[in-house]
Amino acid sequence: MTIPAGSLLTAQDLRKAYGPTTALDGAEFSIHPGEVVAVMGPSGSGKSTLLHCLAGIVMPDSGSITYNGREVTAMSDAERSALRRSEFGFVFQFGQLVPELTCVENVALPLRLSGSSRKEAERTALAWMERLEVDELRKKRPGEVSGGQGQRVAVARALVTNPRVVFADEPTGALDSFNGERVMELLTDAARSANTAVVLVTHEARVAAYSDREIVVRDGRSRDMERVV
Amino acid sequence: MSIGHTLLGLLESGPRHGYDLKRAFDEKFGHDRPLHYGQVYSTMSRLLKHGLVEVDGIEAGGGPERKRYAITEAGITDVGRWLATPEKPEPYLQSTLYTKVVLALLTHRDAGDILDTQRSEHLRSMRILTDRKRKGDLADQLICDHALFHLEADLRWLELTAARLDKLREAVTR
Ligand SMILES: Nc1ncnc2c1ncn2[C@@H]1O[C@H](COP(=O)(O)OP(=O)(O)OP(=O)(O)O)[C@@H](O)[C@H]1O
Ligand SMILES: [Mg+2]
Repeated sequence: MTIPAGSLLTAQDLRKAYGPTTALDGAEFSIHPGEVVAVMGPSGSGKSTLLHCLAGIVMPDSGSITYNGREVTAMSDAERSALRRSEFGFVFQFGQLVPELTCVENVALPLRLSGSSRKEAERTALAWMERLEVDELRKKRPGEVSGGQGQRVAVARALVTNPRVVFADEPTGALDSFNGERVMELLTDAARSANTAVVLVTHEARVAAYSDREIVVRDGRSRDMERVV
Repeated sequence: MSIGHTLLGLLESGPRHGYDLKRAFDEKFGHDRPLHYGQVYSTMSRLLKHGLVEVDGIEAGGGPERKRYAITEAGITDVGRWLATPEKPEPYLQSTLYTKVVLALLTHRDAGDILDTQRSEHLRSMRILTDRKRKGDLADQLICDHALFHLEADLRWLELTAARLDKLREAVTR
């Protein structure tokens, strides 16, 4: 594959096996700043594994991942976790909010971890919560809000550090279609206005319709539908 | 659905007589609407005229059903092109898509590719509707949602089919 000019994050020939199971078998990927790319494909095809590799959470057995000109597979664990903290945001299907903290504390957490003062962090957090229409929940704990509300809080937390890439794995998987679409609308609006790239794993077509283009993963290999047609 | 392409595709596995083609078509695709012999012969003569099939022999006894047809290189290319071109997202597309998938399996082409290309075509329409919905008023939103749910139904069928391609291959090539 030739790497498209201006890509922020690219992967080439990624391979990853878990024991006898091949999860990735030569997968490729690329995304531009501000682009929303849907990752689709059957269950077990390697979508989450691809996302975890791209985000530096899982190391591939071989292949190359380049973020902003730097080779991710050559970084130390510490460098990769610094990269994740400063440049990436994450939204998953469930269970990502810390149950003991209030919603605003949850959203502020990534800023606190990178050294912001509590006051400063919570002010920024609240601004994001307003944007995602969940600022009224600031004092509640995750156990006291609905699934759709909790997911919007999680999106606010993913965006609070102004990441350059948001990784979302089935972010609407546990929501009904109205709430799922609302989350997508808010996530993609916020991402577009901040030029944040979004890697969106989903099996739902209505959710994928919020993306700019899709890639399909089958048997650990990816297919970029834009470049085929 | 394109009967011409379907009959052509059925010829890829080897030459067949007119009556044999009709039988194969009815068995695989014509459950509710078997072909008339007339349709078969008018289609075959059109394909002959375009050089997509050739007459491979005529059985003694005469009648048009006794002609044996073979696909030409141009015919194979034509089937390939038809299979690779996504269908315009519209109602009742599943019968055409089903036919394409089965033909791809029968002719050892990649049926998954057909489904990927079709998904992509559907998503293209869905993106346009989603964009209109985001910018529109409530009426626009409701109208777009209706269209989106229909396209989504096609895609759910497509994903289920994709997940069962191996089983379908076994069933149709048996
Ligand atoms: N930590 C792991 N240990 C062992 N096998 C794993 C692990 N993670 C993934 N796998 C295997 O790797 C393959 C790809 O899994 P992956 O989670 O990437 O699929 P997926 O496309 O995200 O599926 P789904 O749509 O069901 O979430 C599967 O066969 C899975 O069982
Ligand atoms: Mg997964």
